[in-house]
Amino acid sequence: MSETDYMLAVEGLTVSFDGFRAVDDLTFYVDRNEIRVIIGPNGAGKTTVLDLICGRTKASAGSIKFQNEELRTLKEHQIVRRGVGRKFQTPSIYDDLTVFENLEISFPRGRGVFGALAFRRDAEVRDRVEEVAKTIFLADALQRRAEFLSHGQKQWLEIGMLLIQQPSLMMLDEPVAGMSVAERKKTAELLHTITAGRSVLVVEHDMGFVEDIAHRVTVMHQGKILSEGTLAHVKADQRVVDVYLGH
Amino acid sequence: MSLLARLNTPERRELLWLAIFSVIILVVLPSILEPFRLNLFGKYLTYGFVTLGLVICWGDAGILSLGQGVFFGLGGYCMAMFLKLEASSVANTKIQSTPGIPDFMDWNQITHLPFFWQPFHSLAFSLAAVVVVPTVLALVIGVAMFKRRVGGTYFAIITQAIAAILTILIIGQQGYTGGVNGITDLRTLWGWDIRTDHAKTILYFVSAIALILCILAARVVRMSKLGRLLRALRDREDRVRFSGYEVANFKIFAFCFAAAVAGIGGAMFTLQVGFMSPSLIGIVPSIEMVIFCAVGGRTSLLGAVYGALLVNWAKTTFSEDLPQLWLLAMGGLFIAVVLAFPNGLAGIFRLAIDRLPKGPGGRRQPGITPVVAEQAGAPQ
Repeated sequence: MSETDYMLAVEGLTVSFDGFRAVDDLTFYVDRNEIRVIIGPNGAGKTTVLDLICGRTKASAGSIKFQNEELRTLKEHQIVRRGVGRKFQTPSIYDDLTVFENLEISFPRGRGVFGALAFRRDAEVRDRVEEVAKTIFLADALQRRAEFLSHGQKQWLEIGMLLIQQPSLMMLDEPVAGMSVAERKKTAELLHTITAGRSVLVVEHDMGFVEDIAHRVTVMHQGKILSEGTLAHVKADQRVVDVYLGH
Repeated sequence: MSLLARLNTPERRELLWLAIFSVIILVVLPSILEPFRLNLFGKYLTYGFVTLGLVICWGDAGILSLGQGVFFGLGGYCMAMFLKLEASSVANTKIQSTPGIPDFMDWNQITHLPFFWQPFHSLAFSLAAVVVVPTVLALVIGVAMFKRRVGGTYFAIITQAIAAILTILIIGQQGYTGGVNGITDLRTLWGWDIRTDHAKTILYFVSAIALILCILAARVVRMSKLGRLLRALRDREDRVRFSGYEVANFKIFAFCFAAAVAGIGGAMFTLQVGFMSPSLIGIVPSIEMVIFCAVGGRTSLLGAVYGALLVNWAKTTFSEDLPQLWLLAMGGLFIAVVLAFPNGLAGIFRLAIDRLPKGPGGRRQPGITPVVAEQAGAPQ
């Protein structure tokens, strides 16, 4: 594979489950500072693409280069440490812990067993947690147990848990699912403020939200790329209208 | 400031409960119990080591081990081997055909002390082995299982199989292990007779203090980020993994910690009871240890230790009068606790405390909600 300037270069990526090709010879590139949204009908393989990039699913063929480093041979935690953050579809936070503790656990220090035992909550940690909490609109909720947050706040908290690791690539799986209109607006603002210096890869169904955030859009269908470009470009593509937008 | 107001943080209250526990086992019990009963409580305390390890391993990290008897037994056997060698001096065993080796070896026509028994002439080696042997076995099992992402029920079944294997191995290798009788007739520790009432009382205090130290060590783990991570990965393993942690290593740590303290408990058992045998470490005792922990409360260190004391005390009391009913009663108790009080006695106690009126300035702490499930559904 060639040397690239792209943040993420996915080439010929394929995975099959019992002969079924969930992702089939997929090639796409994500630029620095870009917000890329993947859309497509259910079962198109969108979430599988995120799973492949973060190492949760192992690819059958192809390459995934992140800042020119192949990710396919790395383990999940190594991929995270290289700077790839992943938010799951349903809010995945630690219910038993406070908002502060949720963010603190995600703070990238003391990641070994004994490092975690020796970890101290110093000023650096406290400042960083407070800074991130402010960004994700939870500055007043730091001492609240995470299970008592609203659904939208839980989504933000998980985004904050990625943010505190300062990833170069953030992958968000349906970040506004189940959010109110006001919350969606705030989330779109949030994504715009945090994208400076990093790339964001989003899987989303909500077209209004896609319009708010997307720099470029990739449309997937049956494991393949159907169309790619600006939102206006893909909306005008008749094949996209047929399989996805026409419904 | 009133006392109640000073105790308004969970950490400080926890220390108060620990102080009360320490007074009970160091002052109250020794002053009200005759030596025989005190020695029984000393035996119960040794199960407290196992249950406090289970709090870290099972309650926090969500790893159910049905093989803690293995680690308890390994610690106990390491201690017993040292004591047996001391009791088998040439002078004590001159009627044997090979004097100077343990009696059961002589009965099995063994004429040399096997190589793995040799280092147990050293007390320092034996004491280290009490902790190191269980920990290393837990490390091997942990690496083999957790690195391959074996967990939940499968892991529990495997630990149970290991408990069965170890028992069969010990029973089958009678000449090297003492077989089904175990290692018996232990007499002295560095020349100090451990069979007298006075010695047993001293050993009781040694157990009690060691137990308190282990509780403090477990507290350090639980209050650190490591402890929070264990609870986090119990419920959200993938979230922890995708926050840059190697989850398997944390599970291995929890399992090894539980094994190490169980080993210390086993050694204290051998010292106080005067023997160690396979009947104490197999499948049934291992499951009983889990029951002690569940009844006391698997998310509370002190709860789990009280659980070990209370259930064992009840066992002794009931089986003196109604031995047939005891097993049924224990099974019923386990089911009742799991169904009605997932956090055991400690959960009931916390509920009661939360309902108490607080002193001025004393802030109410939200009640601890029950741990719902071991295996939270994997996030999409």
